[in-house]
Amino acid sequence: MHAFEFVKPSSIADAVKALASGEAIPLSGGQTLIPSMKARLNAPEVLVSLTGIAEMKGVCRDGDVLVVGAATTHAEVARAAAGDFPGLAGLAGKIGDPAVRSRGTIGGSLANNDPSACYPAAALGTGARIVTDRREIAADDFFQGMFTTALKEGEVITSVRLPIPEASAYAKFLQPASRFALTGVFVAKYAAGVRVAVTGASEGGVFRWAEAEAALSSDFDSEALSGLSVAAEGMISDLHGTPEYRAHLVRVMTRRAVAAAS
Amino acid sequence: MTISLTVNGTQFRTDAPPETPLLWVLRDELGLSGTKYGCGVAACGACTVHVDGQAVRSCQVALADVWGDVTTIEGLAQGERLAPLQEAWIRHQVAQCGFCQSGQIMQAADLLAANPAPSDDDIDAAMAGNLCRCGSYSAIRAAIHDAARAMNGGRAG
Repeated sequence: MHAFEFVKPSSIADAVKALASGEAIPLSGGQTLIPSMKARLNAPEVLVSLTGIAEMKGVCRDGDVLVVGAATTHAEVARAAAGDFPGLAGLAGKIGDPAVRSRGTIGGSLANNDPSACYPAAALGTGARIVTDRREIAADDFFQGMFTTALKEGEVITSVRLPIPEASAYAKFLQPASRFALTGVFVAKYAAGVRVAVTGASEGGVFRWAEAEAALSSDFDSEALSGLSVAAEGMISDLHGTPEYRAHLVRVMTRRAVAAAS
Repeated sequence: MTISLTVNGTQFRTDAPPETPLLWVLRDELGLSGTKYGCGVAACGACTVHVDGQAVRSCQVALADVWGDVTTIEGLAQGERLAPLQEAWIRHQVAQCGFCQSGQIMQAADLLAANPAPSDDDIDAAMAGNLCRCGSYSAIRAAIHDAARAMNGGRAG
C-alpha cells in the first residue's frame, strides 16, 4: 500500500472541505477500498474517514420513507429496519459475512456501485433518492454503469431515502467465495406499481427489468412472469457463470423474490 | 498525534499514525500476537477481533477509526479460567495448524453473544468469512455447539 494521510472529520461540512483537495477520497467501512489500496488498484493521497460523523448514522422513518444515514452499517440496517422495511433488513443482513456487516455501509456500497453488490438493487428497486452534501439524486439517474455513478468528485452521500413498499423481498444467488450476488433481484410492490431491480447480472451494473415490472404490476404473482425472459447479450461472463446462465438466473431469482414478498 | 485505545480492559496510548491498521498496533505495538495476519485484505478472518462487542477484521480498521473497546483472543479468558469456547476448542482438538483459530474463536464468540443456541445453518452463515486451510470446519461447528451447551447450563444448543 502506498503512503497516504488519514483525516477523520466530525461533520459533513468538514468532510467536504477535506475532500476538496483533489487527491483525497472518502473512506466509509473500508471493506472494498482498503483491500483495493493494498492491491495498489487505488492510491489516494488522503483518506477522509466518514465514520466519525454522527449526522450520517442511523435509521429513521419519515412518513412513508425510510431514511438511512449513509454511514450506517449493514448490521445496523438489518436490525433497525426489520420492523418498518423487512425486505431491506433482509438484504442488509445477508451482505458478505458478519464482519463485513459490522463495518460496511450503505453509502459506501452505493458510491462504489459494484456490479454485483446488493444495495444498488434495493436503491433502484425502491426508487430511492440518494442525498448528498449538495443535492438529491433519483436512483434511476444515480447508477451509470459498472463502478460509475452520478457523483461528482468530492461529493459525499449523506443519506438514502427509500420509499417503504407494501411488500418487498430480495432474492440472492450467492457466489459463495466472494459472498457477492452471482445474480440478485429486489422486488418492491407499491400502490403505483411494482419495481424490479437486478444486480450481479449485467455488464452495465444494476438495471430495472421493465417487462417483469409491467407483468407484476397487473398481477403480483410469480406465475405472471411465465413466458418472460431477458436476453443473454450484455450479461457478465466470468468463470462463475456464462451470460446465458445469468440471464436464466434473473428469471429464477425474480420468481423467488416475488414468492417471498407475496 | 497520540491515540488512546482500550484493549482487553487496559488503556494504551500509542503514537502510531492514525491510518495504521489496528492489527499492526495489536501485534507490533502492544505485543498481542494471538491475533494473526492472514491475507491482509479482509478475505480470510484470521485477524478477527471485537470492537465494541462486534467482530471486525482488524487488518481493515484504521487505528483512528476504532470506535470502542477492543477485545482480542488474549482477553477472552477470565484470568486463568478459559472461556467456554476455548475449553470446547480444546475438548474437540479443533486446531490442526492453528493459524486461523483465534479468528475463528472470536467470530464464534460474536455469534454466541447474539444467538446462544445456533443451528448448523446459523453457524455456517456466521462463520462463512473465516477460512481454515486445514479444513477444521466440522470440528469448529461441533465445538461451537458444545460451548453453547456449556454456556446454557448444559441444555441443548
